[in-house]
Amino acid sequence: MELDKIEKLVEKYFEASTTIAEEETLKEYFSQDAVAKHLEQYAPMFQYFSGAKDERFTKQLKLENSISKTTKSKFNFKWLSVAAVALLTIGIYFGNDYRLQAEEERIATEFAYQETKKALNLLAENFNKGTEKVAYLNHFEQTKQKIYNE
Amino acid sequence: MQQSEFLNVVMPFKDKLYRLAKRLLVSKEEAEDATQEILLKLWSKKKSMETYKNVEAFAMTMTKNFCLDRLKSKQAGNLKLVHSNYQEKGSQLQTQLEAKDSVSWVEKIMQDLPEQQKMVLQLRDIEEYTNDEIAAMLDMQPTAVRVALSRARKTVREKLVQKHNYGIG
Repeated sequence: MELDKIEKLVEKYFEASTTIAEEETLKEYFSQDAVAKHLEQYAPMFQYFSGAKDERFTKQLKLENSISKTTKSKFNFKWLSVAAVALLTIGIYFGNDYRLQAEEERIATEFAYQETKKALNLLAENFNKGTEKVAYLNHFEQTKQKIYNE
Repeated sequence: MQQSEFLNVVMPFKDKLYRLAKRLLVSKEEAEDATQEILLKLWSKKKSMETYKNVEAFAMTMTKNFCLDRLKSKQAGNLKLVHSNYQEKGSQLQTQLEAKDSVSWVEKIMQDLPEQQKMVLQLRDIEEYTNDEIAAMLDMQPTAVRVALSRARKTVREKLVQKHNYGIG
């Protein structure tokens, strides 16, 4: 590799107008030992850049965990709906029972009310008979007064 | 989509996601967690995955957003000290490069770049995406990508030359 070509490339490199291929050439040049003295100061840059590419992501990926997590949450939703439906059925069943019971109770009180009303009516009737009898007494009183006055 | 099928799609670029996450979050553990999270998110979207034009670019964008959110919430949660105290030990790359001290300087220099330049440099010089691909992934204009790239490279060079001249490197 001719030195002046490399020099030009380095210059272009710092203006960021080199292509990927040209940068490849530079990396190659600086990775060998025979680097020109005045270019030596740039060598660490290119050496670092080519070396940094070797770093790897070594941690074990745990996709399984996340899968079971998502299916688990779906699972929960399914059972949640089942539980809701069950609750609703029980509610309707017992709710209906309760409604019938309330109806029966209402009829019973209605009946009791009517009975009481009847009894009170009977009472009122007898009272009226009583006052009629008292009216006779009045009559008797009046005649008595007449006799006394004469 | 079956699990094996999904893994076949994801395998080729999962390391790239991890490296981008690590570039942004610095710590190895956090980058691993982030990568895991993103892959799980992808897996949960597997049904719509077939409709994406480019799953890889989509995953890259997801990684970028996820990591930036992480960083933001970390700053809000005042955890920054813990973060900057982090020292990486025993990474493969680190041991491999221990002999070449100045090479690891580049990593440290990159840590100080603004987030956007960091990402552009990572995607271009390490993952070797084209500028147009990077523009799509990072939601930037292609010219902006070029400018950011040039700036990032020049900053790295400048700091590297400084170290070189002081003889620290």
